[in-house]
Amino acid sequence: MRGAKSAKWVAIAGVVSLAATACGGGGDNGSDNANRKIDPKGIVSYANGEPQNSLMPANTMEAYGSVVIDSLFTGLVGYDKSGNITYENAESVTPNDDNSVWTVKLKPGWTFHNGEKVTAKTYVDTWNWDANPANGQQNSAWYRDIEGYDQVHPAKGKGKAKAMSGLKVVDDNTFTIKLANPIPYFAYKLAYSSFYPLPSGALKDPKKFGENPVGNGPYKFKSWDHKKSIQVSAWDGYKGQSKPKNGGINFKAYTSPQAAYNDLRSDNVDTMPLVPDSELANYKQDFGKRAINTEFSAINTINPAYYTKQWKDVDRKVVQGLSMAIDRDTIAKTTFFGNREPATGWVAKGVKGYQPDACGEYCKFNPAKAKQFIKAGGGVPGNKISIQYNADQPHKGWVTAVCNSITKTTGVKCVGDPVTDFQADTEIRDQKKVKSIYRSGWVLDYPFNGNFLADLFGTGVDGNKGDFSDPKFDGLVKKADKAKTVDESAKLYQAAEKELRNTMPGIPTFYNKVNSAYSNNVKKIEFDQAGDPVLWNVEVFKK
Amino acid sequence: MGRYVARRLLQMIPVFIGTTLLIFLMVNVLPGDPVRALWGDKPPDPAQVAQIRHDRGLDLPLWEQYLHYMRGLFQGDFGRTIAGNRPVLDEISRAFPVSMRLAAMAWTFELVVGIVLGVVAGIRRGKVIDTAVTLFTLVVISVPIFVIGLACQLYFGNNLGWITPTVQDSTNLGQLMVPALVLGMVGLAYVARLTRTSIAENRSADYIRTATAKGLPRRRIITVHLLRNSLIPVVTYLGTDIGSLMAGAVVTEGIFNVTGVGNLLFEALARREGAVIVGIVTVLVLVYLLASLLVDLLYAVLDPRIRYA
Repeated sequence: MRGAKSAKWVAIAGVVSLAATACGGGGDNGSDNANRKIDPKGIVSYANGEPQNSLMPANTMEAYGSVVIDSLFTGLVGYDKSGNITYENAESVTPNDDNSVWTVKLKPGWTFHNGEKVTAKTYVDTWNWDANPANGQQNSAWYRDIEGYDQVHPAKGKGKAKAMSGLKVVDDNTFTIKLANPIPYFAYKLAYSSFYPLPSGALKDPKKFGENPVGNGPYKFKSWDHKKSIQVSAWDGYKGQSKPKNGGINFKAYTSPQAAYNDLRSDNVDTMPLVPDSELANYKQDFGKRAINTEFSAINTINPAYYTKQWKDVDRKVVQGLSMAIDRDTIAKTTFFGNREPATGWVAKGVKGYQPDACGEYCKFNPAKAKQFIKAGGGVPGNKISIQYNADQPHKGWVTAVCNSITKTTGVKCVGDPVTDFQADTEIRDQKKVKSIYRSGWVLDYPFNGNFLADLFGTGVDGNKGDFSDPKFDGLVKKADKAKTVDESAKLYQAAEKELRNTMPGIPTFYNKVNSAYSNNVKKIEFDQAGDPVLWNVEVFKK
Repeated sequence: MGRYVARRLLQMIPVFIGTTLLIFLMVNVLPGDPVRALWGDKPPDPAQVAQIRHDRGLDLPLWEQYLHYMRGLFQGDFGRTIAGNRPVLDEISRAFPVSMRLAAMAWTFELVVGIVLGVVAGIRRGKVIDTAVTLFTLVVISVPIFVIGLACQLYFGNNLGWITPTVQDSTNLGQLMVPALVLGMVGLAYVARLTRTSIAENRSADYIRTATAKGLPRRRIITVHLLRNSLIPVVTYLGTDIGSLMAGAVVTEGIFNVTGVGNLLFEALARREGAVIVGIVTVLVLVYLLASLLVDLLYAVLDPRIRYA
């Protein structure tokens, strides 16, 4: 019996030690991939999730659906890494002198996967259909710049017209867009998936189409096994520049990023959008050369709710002082393990018109000046602030770090104000019931600096949740929107951004980054500034 | 017996209506607007919000929504999801077969291994094997399930490569094996402990002494007399565990990426998909009620002294 007893103890100890060493495995083994052969028919797999809606471009806002849509469709224009327009299905998109009428010329000979021709009429019909509220397309507000939109899609009730008067077909490959409010950067908006063309069948039976989409993009729809995977295969007839270098994509549905991460480590999936926050400290070690850490046009700010008693009549020097009390460099290095970058302005990197240091010295850590500014501005009312965030995302760590930094340098009491989840958080922000300060994030809609400025901080615009108002800024925005060219407009917007340092609509904190990795099955994977993987460009190794 | 079953079935009706109403009201009290949330960080479009609300019947007063829902339910219509406008029945009928497979495997595992361990430990009370079983079950009960799950995933999946770290096909029984073992682990520990205590207690009962005195073979004493009389608390536990194995697998399902009921429920809660939540709970309530009725009927089989008039 004695012998048996000790044997059991050994067995139990064995199990414990196995579990303990389990973390020690993995590591970099990407070096032996250099000589492997490429399989042009190989399938790339991507850790995605189940799309919320059926696959209609104008009805897809969330990431799981849009990454699939982007593989199936190609729009008129796209953009490059520095935020310049590239022409895809369009040969040219040119405005008239005052930017009120835009002429779109299509590249001839493009078809959908089913052989139907992509013509000027295709685009006009699709857009009119998308804009109609009766068709329930979530992104229909994207058409609001076009003349006649308010007739088709009034703020309340049924539309009075079925077609926007601003859209006119000239010939098979040409159509014109008349804008209600001319803007010089309208072409940028056309890059958004809302403006993708739909074949005529889609407008007749959208329900069927959404489960079985037919696009004009580099990949052809193959199958959708709900909550499991969506498969698309490379399309031979593709005429655009992003001709697939692989045989297809398998969008695998994962329910949690942690599960996807573990599969990625074992080469069961080839890449994922963002590694889970719990792995931010380890992923570079786990993947070595295969780790991805690149720029992503998204920014985080903490915004004072200017409708509250606390901030209503506050001297903006106080806000500038708080901003200078945040040691962004240290927090980026420690709390984020170097996976965020201190923000120096209100516009994210990688968009047209980005300028470094728009916020100037007010976004640099300066304890002495921070104290001095807060004092000169009459101090923080109540000498206490709270930062509202949603607790279902990993915000707690950095909010606490920011708070500690503020309290340590200025003596102003600062606490986190967690709200159960994102939905509840948004509701409080929409109803303007934030107590003090709230966390805010913005990912680009289109890579133009105006998107980060006019749409967020203009007086009374929808995105301005904190009731911020700066007449001088509004004036500069108006001027920028009246500019003749995109470059000129971007420059004027830069001036508007610089004005914000005087009124501080929010305190810029960090620029996000794409933190991901790829498996041993593929040569390389890159991400664009919208945070999406460039999947057509992925080369898969022979098995 | 027949009248008893009929009465129990009739009792299910008020329980059923009560739970669905309660859940329905609770979902509506949760903060956050699911329609607004479709737009995420971006400003929503009021015309579309109104359209979607009208479409899903969310603009009706609450009592009318509930009536609509119940009316649909009796015709087999579970409503539609807010995001995506898909039939809830599709979602549920995709998730339940997965959870049923997972729960059945976990349940069989805890039933067979749990009872065997319990019987062995109970008969050899105080011996080494008893201590070992008690210690093992203590460890399993005290270690949170996600630790066991993640350790298995890391060790068998990432390091040894015996399994893929996550389940690639949620309907594949072979792939569900490890998640089922993890899921059944805690139940197994409870079953083993319950069986052990019960066996150890009944071992010295009069009827066992009588059976031994009659000279019955040991095996027959244990299986027919001892085990059968000791199973009542175990059956109670196993009966209610069916429901919790199906609905309570959120953690295990999350770790292994199994798209079962637990996951669907979690997702629906996060998205405030009222119809999905109430739909799942409805089915689960039925499962619980039927399981507990079965357990009660089993009592009579196990112990002839229990009779239902």
